Amino acid sequence: MSEVDHSMNSKRLVFVTVGTTCFDSLVRAVDTQEVKEALFRKGYTHLLIQMGRGSYIPTKSAREEGSVDVDYFTFSSSIAEYLKSASLVISHAGSGSIFETLQLKKPLIVVVNEDLMDNHQSELAEELAERKHLFCARPQTLYQTISEMDPESLTVYQPGDATPVAKFISRFLGFADD
Amino acid sequence: MDFPIVFLLLVVGIITLITVRVIYVLYHSRKPLYTRSPGPLSTLIVLGSGGHTAEMLNLLAVLQKERFKPRYYVAAATDNMSLQKARVLEDSLVDEAGVEEVGPAHFMQIYRSREVGQSYITSIGTTLIAIAHALWLMVKIRPQVILCNGPGTCIPLCAIAFLFKVLGIRWSFIFYVESIARVRKLSLSGLLLYKLHMADQLFVQWPQLKMKYPRANYVGCLM
Repeated sequence: MSEVDHSMNSKRLVFVTVGTTCFDSLVRAVDTQEVKEALFRKGYTHLLIQMGRGSYIPTKSAREEGSVDVDYFTFSSSIAEYLKSASLVISHAGSGSIFETLQLKKPLIVVVNEDLMDNHQSELAEELAERKHLFCARPQTLYQTISEMDPESLTVYQPGDATPVAKFISRFLGFADD
Repeated sequence: MDFPIVFLLLVVGIITLITVRVIYVLYHSRKPLYTRSPGPLSTLIVLGSGGHTAEMLNLLAVLQKERFKPRYYVAAATDNMSLQKARVLEDSLVDEAGVEEVGPAHFMQIYRSREVGQSYITSIGTTLIAIAHALWLMVKIRPQVILCNGPGTCIPLCAIAFLFKVLGIRWSFIFYVESIARVRKLSLSGLLLYKLHMADQLFVQWPQLKMKYPRANYVGCLM
């Protein structure tokens, strides 16, 4: 994981993604002064918010003194490029976003949406946080998590492998092993 | 005077037959097929919104496609992205190996039993419609293998596949991979298939689920 770089020229992007959901409380929390200042203090320079189906619109701002540059968009066919260029990812708790980010070995804060009725997503975020692969937060605790986090303390996630399952299924059906 | 008795005997006879057949089906499910290497098997792949499709494509990437063809992809009518992603995968397969080798792919939409957040009461009506539509699709496809990983759309399809097994119409192997997002509890789909013994194999990705559901097959994280 990269060290905090205070040089004026390097861009350190925080990418926020809510996937295809509506997650206004996260976008609002990220758009607060205190969170933006906390990110700036941690050495980040730019904040890009993928806001999905949300109705709350963040305020764009060009890079000012003592704060991060803020921009946003609703959807993209693939967020892979944004994830790759990010120094920190703040994501909703969807398994697709989580594993896409972990596979790119990016520091990740997963924010659980408490407004969702059946919140099975929190199980995954909590389990991975327990295994120290990411940080877990709620919109109200995001500021605290950002201020206290040490991305270096995260353990890199080793991607899984579906091949044993494919082989099991093949063998089960009577196909010869390769 | 004989008719009522004959009728009663007939009904009892049919019920006994069906019961014996169901027991036979349940016993023979979960048993591997030990015959000679079968030819390619027609495969139904159930896609679902969000992470479900990503996880299914992740599994399909390492499946030997020549053994599982033709492939029928089914997604909910309200799901726009999943079939598109499946098409991209299939196009790349054809580019690499040619359609002879990897077989044709078909893409279909199905009415959903229940939308996320829909009340459980109205869900009964929509589920019945979904079952009728699923029946029509299954009669057309009659797949030999079904791969699914959680979306509610798979339940009517698996239920009908089970019915086909009982009636001797088609023996479909049902492989259910519970989503990686399910750590401590099975999803409703997974729970139904597990409790009713309807899947030939039910895979779970976290040890907590293996402890809670001992008949499940623990395979670790697939992503």
